[in-house]
Amino acid sequence: MNAAIWAMQAFTGLSTFCVLLLMALGLAIIFGQMGVINMAHGEFMTVGAYTTYLLSEVSQRWLPGLTNWYFFLSIAVSFLLAGAFGLLVEHLMIRKLYRRPLDTLLATWGLSLIMQQGFRSVFGAREVSAKLPDWLMGSVKPSAAIDIPINGLVVIGLTAALTALVFFALFSTRFGIDVRATMQNRPMASAAGINTARVDRLTFGLGCGLAGVAGAAFTTIGSTGPTSGSAYIVDTFLVVVFGGAQSLFGTIASAFSIAQTQATTEFFMTGSMAKVVTLSAIILILMVRPQGLFALKVRR
Amino acid sequence: MHSPLSTKTLSAGLAVVLAATGALLGCSKDSSKGVGETQAATTASAAGGLAVSEKEVVVGQLHSATGTMAISETGSIEAERLAIDQINQAGGLLGKQIKIIQQDGASDWPTFAEKAKLLLEEDHVACVFGCWTSASRKAVLPVFEKDNGLLYYPTFYEGLEQSKNVFYTGQEATQQILAGLDWIHKEKNANTFFLIGSDYIWPRTSNKIARKHIENVLKGSVVGEEYYPLGYTEFGSLINKIKAVKPDVVYAIVVGGSNVSFYKQLKAAGVTAQNQTLLTISVTEDELLGIGGENMVGYYAAMKYFQSLDNDNNKKFVAAFKAKYGPNSVIGDVTQAAYLGPWLYKAAVEKAQSFDVDKVVAASPGIELTTAPEGYVKIHPNHHLWSKLRVGQAQLDGQYKVVYESELIEPNPFPKGYQ
Repeated sequence: MNAAIWAMQAFTGLSTFCVLLLMALGLAIIFGQMGVINMAHGEFMTVGAYTTYLLSEVSQRWLPGLTNWYFFLSIAVSFLLAGAFGLLVEHLMIRKLYRRPLDTLLATWGLSLIMQQGFRSVFGAREVSAKLPDWLMGSVKPSAAIDIPINGLVVIGLTAALTALVFFALFSTRFGIDVRATMQNRPMASAAGINTARVDRLTFGLGCGLAGVAGAAFTTIGSTGPTSGSAYIVDTFLVVVFGGAQSLFGTIASAFSIAQTQATTEFFMTGSMAKVVTLSAIILILMVRPQGLFALKVRR
Repeated sequence: MHSPLSTKTLSAGLAVVLAATGALLGCSKDSSKGVGETQAATTASAAGGLAVSEKEVVVGQLHSATGTMAISETGSIEAERLAIDQINQAGGLLGKQIKIIQQDGASDWPTFAEKAKLLLEEDHVACVFGCWTSASRKAVLPVFEKDNGLLYYPTFYEGLEQSKNVFYTGQEATQQILAGLDWIHKEKNANTFFLIGSDYIWPRTSNKIARKHIENVLKGSVVGEEYYPLGYTEFGSLINKIKAVKPDVVYAIVVGGSNVSFYKQLKAAGVTAQNQTLLTISVTEDELLGIGGENMVGYYAAMKYFQSLDNDNNKKFVAAFKAKYGPNSVIGDVTQAAYLGPWLYKAAVEKAQSFDVDKVVAASPGIELTTAPEGYVKIHPNHHLWSKLRVGQAQLDGQYKVVYESELIEPNPFPKGYQ
C-alpha cells in the first residue's frame, strides 16, 4: 500500500465525517435540543436538493452567466425555502404535539410520506441530476498519484462554516441563550419572560433550514429523487443518538468516529460487511453507555 | 330454584342456537358449492372464465406507480400502454378492444401478491403485464401458478427460473453477461476484472456467472468483488481500492440511486474513461438521465437495447413514444422489453385463436416478432426470448453509441457450469 492511497483514504474518511455531520446538524437541533422526533428530516433535505436542481435548470436556460456560481446561491435559497417550510410545518402541526413525542413520530412520518409523493407528482418519479459546474466536479492533484475531489473539499468547507455558525448562534447570541433556556426548563424560561412558542418555531425552522443546506450539498455526491432524503434518515438519527442527543459536541464526536470506522473497515472488507461491523460497534457502545458518547448534566 | 331452571333454559337455548348454526353452516356449504358450480358453468362458456366479452378483452397491469421503485417502473407502464394503444388502433385482439385494469404494487412485495390475486380472481384478466424487481416477481409467482394466470415480465434478471405461467421478455443473465465480457476481453485486451454490485440477488448471481466466465473461459482473473447496500452513497473507499488494484476492467452492477453517487464520485476522484475501462449491465438511458451524461461519458454498457439503435422499427417506436410522453422522455432496455409484452401476447392469441391461457402458452414457443424495436426476437420453449446483445458507449447527451452487436443468443436460464 503506497502513501498516495493512504492520503486519499484519509481524505475519504474526512469527507464521510463531514457528510454525516452535515446531515446530523439540523436533527441535532430538532431532536437533540427540542426533543421532536422528526421523521421528515430527510424530506427537508430533499427540498434543498430539488431547489438546487431547479436553480441549475433556471441558470442554464435563462442566466448562463450564473452557471458557474449558482451552486452557492442555491445553498442560501435552499436554507430559506426549507426553513420557511419548516416554520409552516411547526405552526400547523408540530406546535400542537410538543407534549406527545410518539404522536410527533407518527405525524412527521406521515408528513414524510406526503412530501415524497408530492415530489413524485411535481418532479416525476425518475431521479434528476443538477448540472454541476465543471470546476466543482474536478479534482486537485497535489502530486501525480493523489486526486482530492473538489466536491469533497466544498462539503468539508461548508460543514466547517455551518458548524461554526450553529455554535455561534447557540452559545454566543441572545437567541441561543433563549433556545438553551427553553429546552432545559420551559416553565422557568417562560417565567423569565422568554417567548417560548416563538423560540420553538425559530429553532424548528433553523433545523429544517440546515437540512435544506445539507440536501443542496448532497447533490454534488448523490442523487436527487423523491425518496433520496429517506435514505439518509437512519444514519442521521444514528449519529445524533450515538453522540448523546443533547450535546452538539457529542454529535461531532459521533459523526467523526462513525465515519472513520466506516471508511477504514470499508477499505479492508466489502461495503456491506463494513456496515455490519460499524453498526455492531455502535450497539455495543450504546449498551455500555445508553446515554450516548456525551451526556449533558441537567437537573430534571 | 331459579338458577337450575335458568341453566336448563340456557342450555336448551344453546342447543337451539347450535343446531341453527349447524344448519346455517350446512346451508352455506351447500350454497357455496352451488356458486362454485355456476362459476364452472360460466367458465366453460366464456374462454376459461376470463373477462372476455363480445367487444373487449380485459388485461391487467401490475407495476409500482408509487414508492421507491416507481423511478424504474414508470417507463414500463408507459411502454405497455403505448403498445396496447397501438394494438387497439390497429383493430385490437381477434377483433376485440383491449381494456386495461391497472393496479399499483406500491414497491411492496406482499402488495404485489395481493393485487395479482385481485386481478386474477376478481377481474379475471386474460393476462397481466407487470413486475420489475425479482422480489416482486417471486411474490406473485405462486398466485399466477395457482390461478393459472399469464404474466409478461420485462426486466433483465438473474435467471434460474422458468414457469409455465410467465414469459420473460428481458434477457436472463447469461445472455447479458457472457457476450459483453467476451467483447471487452478481446477488444480491450482485458484480463483483470473488479466486480462491484449492489447487495441483493441479481448483482450477486450475475457476478457469480461473470466470475466463472472470466476464470474458466477467458482465463483472466477477478481481482476484487464487492457489494454495497442498496441506496448506499459513499463510494470513496471503494474508489481508492480500485485505484490501488488498477484492474483492466471495472464490472459494475450498481442499481438505483447509488448509481448516481458512484459515477459522480468516480469522476470527482479523477477516474474517467480515459484512464479506466468500465463495463456495466445496470445503467440504461433511464439511469443515465439521473447520473448525467458528463459523469459517465466513455464507459460501456452491455444490454440488448439502446434508444439510439439505428433501424426502422426503433425509429418508429421512439417517435411514437416521444409523441405520447413528451420529447424529453428516454427509453431504456427494460422499457423496450415491456413494449414487447403486448405484441408477443397478440401474436400468441392470434396463433391460438383463443384467449385461453393453456392454449396461448402452448402456441407461444416459436413465435417470431420482426417488428420489435430491438430487431428480431423469437420465443424459446423455455419462455425466454432469443435476442442479441449490444455494447453501447455512453455519450455526453445521455445516450449510448452502439459499438458492438452480437449474433442472436439462445436464452439459457439454467446455465451449466455457471452456478
